[in-house]
Amino acid sequence: MTVLDIRAYHLRLPDTARSVLVGVDLTVAAGETVALVGESGSGKSLTSRSVLGLLPDGAATAGAVRVDGEDVLAMTPDRLRRLRTGTAAMVFQDPRAAVNPLRRLGDFLTEGVRLGGRLTAAAAAERAAGMLDAVGLPASVLGRYPGQVSGGMLQRVMIAAALMGEPALLLADEPTTALDVTTQAEVVALLADLRERFGTGLLFVTHDLGLAAAISDRVYVMYAGRIVETGPAGELFDRPRHPYTAALLASTPRPDAPGGRLTAIEGRPPGLREELTGCPFAPRCPLVTDLCRRQEPALRPAGAGPGHRSACHHGDRTGEEATHAQS
Amino acid sequence: MRSPDLGAAARPEGVPPMRRTVLEAVGLHRAFGGVQAVDDVSFTLAEGGSLGIVGGSGSGKTTTARIVAGLERADSGRVLVHRRDRGEHRRGRAHRLARAREVQLVFQDPYLSLDPRTTVGAALRETLRLHFPGADHPRRIAELLDQVGLGEREADALPRQLSGGQRQRVAIARALAVEPAVLVLDEAVAALDVSVQAQILNLLAGIRERTRIGYLFITHDLGVVRCVTDDVIVMRQGRIVESGRTADVLARPRHAYTRLLLDSVPRPGWDPRSIAAARRALAEMS
Repeated sequence: MTVLDIRAYHLRLPDTARSVLVGVDLTVAAGETVALVGESGSGKSLTSRSVLGLLPDGAATAGAVRVDGEDVLAMTPDRLRRLRTGTAAMVFQDPRAAVNPLRRLGDFLTEGVRLGGRLTAAAAAERAAGMLDAVGLPASVLGRYPGQVSGGMLQRVMIAAALMGEPALLLADEPTTALDVTTQAEVVALLADLRERFGTGLLFVTHDLGLAAAISDRVYVMYAGRIVETGPAGELFDRPRHPYTAALLASTPRPDAPGGRLTAIEGRPPGLREELTGCPFAPRCPLVTDLCRRQEPALRPAGAGPGHRSACHHGDRTGEEATHAQS
Repeated sequence: MRSPDLGAAARPEGVPPMRRTVLEAVGLHRAFGGVQAVDDVSFTLAEGGSLGIVGGSGSGKTTTARIVAGLERADSGRVLVHRRDRGEHRRGRAHRLARAREVQLVFQDPYLSLDPRTTVGAALRETLRLHFPGADHPRRIAELLDQVGLGEREADALPRQLSGGQRQRVAIARALAVEPAVLVLDEAVAALDVSVQAQILNLLAGIRERTRIGYLFITHDLGVVRCVTDDVIVMRQGRIVESGRTADVLARPRHAYTRLLLDSVPRPGWDPRSIAAARRALAEMS
């Protein structure tokens, strides 16, 4: 069953020269972990926020963003509110910025389901204690204030809060970036456990391709508001078919790699005030030809495995280049 | 004491650098409340060398960096640059400037470390006028910008008109303008995108090859440490738990905490559950 189905989604903001999101297709099945990878400005966070109908002022959209079969873009404010307290929930990067420091964590955990009128105060408190237990925290946390718990604990509270409405879809936007390195594993292990237990679909938004490959079933790589490559995590990591994916992998410093220079990509991603013609990665691409500058490549099957697709005119050569760069 | 001129100090190819000690920390201690943030930390950094300090949050790595830079005082212990105690400088302008030429610091967030109302060129000019009055500033500004891969267009720009990577290049150029003996980089690439981070890491490697500046590189990222340091110390709860050549420590970690840090780096086949268990086991031991 598909819990998230984004189809040909376009998003345009005022005072920009190009669309922020262009023809985004993305799905998440129940119980599946999907990673959306990109650098700042790629549009990954706008994509995930769109799923909750959290659009910037003046945004113009086209296409469909269906959660559990219903298009978010067509929802009334009342229906959106129910979506956000029930069907879909989000865990943000910085847990400190997502809570009111003057209110107890118990209030924070229960307010969604109580305001929705779906549970009484007593039933909500009972479920909150159960959810805290699921994320490995004692019920005594309910009486504490955000300032009284560590960042890792607070992020677990955020996850518990997100699960309170028993969502079919959990959106996690860089949920481990603000945490200590060794705590990251704990939060990821927790998300994996909960996915198995509740069958929640998980969309994990991250800039870290290594993390994406480690935790997800499938990966989408985004550049300049487009999905440029998608496929099973292992295959995408081992045999990238888009030069941008290959370049991201090559420019990531790794503890087990030899020291010294990295293979850096020159330049930087295009800004929103730049109009784009042809492939958006062409100005930085080692494989660029005239065709790339003229015509934007479509996402089409690449590589050996099913579901592996890349938007590159030279996808066949990308694999060789990447293998070459690693040896 | 003047550190070597960065613009002119290019070494001929094949001549090994002199491995004099440029920075020495001896028995540093610092407590906040009842907590020993830095607990008996000692290390040396060779001229032209690069030393990494790695650890998780609360390990004391940033406090150590701030003590070295003079932004934090140690309860006890000494920091020496070219064998001179940083604490011995007297008050006054000349001494303050001399201290600044010993150690410069580059922070994580270039947004916060640059004046939003001052153009890049003016910021560099101000630094040069302060430290080297009477020198040929326009030539040196062009040289510094070139060294960090920026041009005239960026010299006229305000910080907000630049990207994060460009701003960090400006912060590095401004630190180099002082011709410091030691550059302390506190999570200096952590806020950058991977593709930009690679550019800055390569830039820093290039600067170190051309000058005899020593790097003290504070980071939580073991990949970054592997990439830019010769030696590394691993800190946990204020103490050094392991140290050695970076390649050796990362290939053959001896302390359980170093192993935990290495295992925490996500990769295919990664097992977050066993890492979480190892983390709890380590916490219970100490």
